Amino acid sequence: MSYEMFLNAVFLVLLGCCFLCMYRVAAGPTAPDRAVAMDILGVMIVAFCALLTIDTGKDFYLNVAISWALLSFVGAIALAKYLEGKRFDE
Amino acid sequence: MSSWLAGGAALADASLWELVRAFLGTALIVIGVLFDILGCIGLVRLPDVYNRLQAATKCVTLGTCSVLLGAALILGGGMAVKALLCAVFVLIASPTAAHAVARAAHRSGIRLWEGSVGDAYLEDRSRRGEE
Repeated sequence: MSYEMFLNAVFLVLLGCCFLCMYRVAAGPTAPDRAVAMDILGVMIVAFCALLTIDTGKDFYLNVAISWALLSFVGAIALAKYLEGKRFDE
Repeated sequence: MSSWLAGGAALADASLWELVRAFLGTALIVIGVLFDILGCIGLVRLPDVYNRLQAATKCVTLGTCSVLLGAALILGGGMAVKALLCAVFVLIASPTAAHAVARAAHRSGIRLWEGSVGDAYLEDRSRRGEE
């Protein structure tokens, strides 16, 4: 078993996890469920990008990972503020 | 991708340090992906939003940090610095976001699962006279 096969198996597993998250986004009964699932999906895509860096050897995937983590964090905070019913500058 | 990862003949040329790095990095990646799987199963299976949030956030944060540490060990050099930076950021940001969402869910009136034994935050808020 070569290292590429190992990485492909890991990619498939992470893809399955992403589909589980998408199921929760689609089926979640309340809005915070969906917010949490999107946040978790973002964090998992960060791991995906790190593995893509190992697979391809190109380091811009790590830049993608950092900015994706940042945007996912800001999005989750904004959604939380919105759900709480406050204005954004409080 | 470094040649020693291709396996086979290249493994004989790799130094001991590179082999240890590759082995430890791969082990960390496997552990991290297992934690990711557990977190996602928790996200789908658990009964209410607070349970889901706790299972998913803790498992997936640790799993992703583990994968990033493994990637840093395998890649080395400047990419390792970037991966470590990303791991530290995820470790700080993801629990903060989860805390904010849990607080917002509680304040927007989402009740706990009917099998829950207590709601300490609700008691605190009623003691402070907020509700």
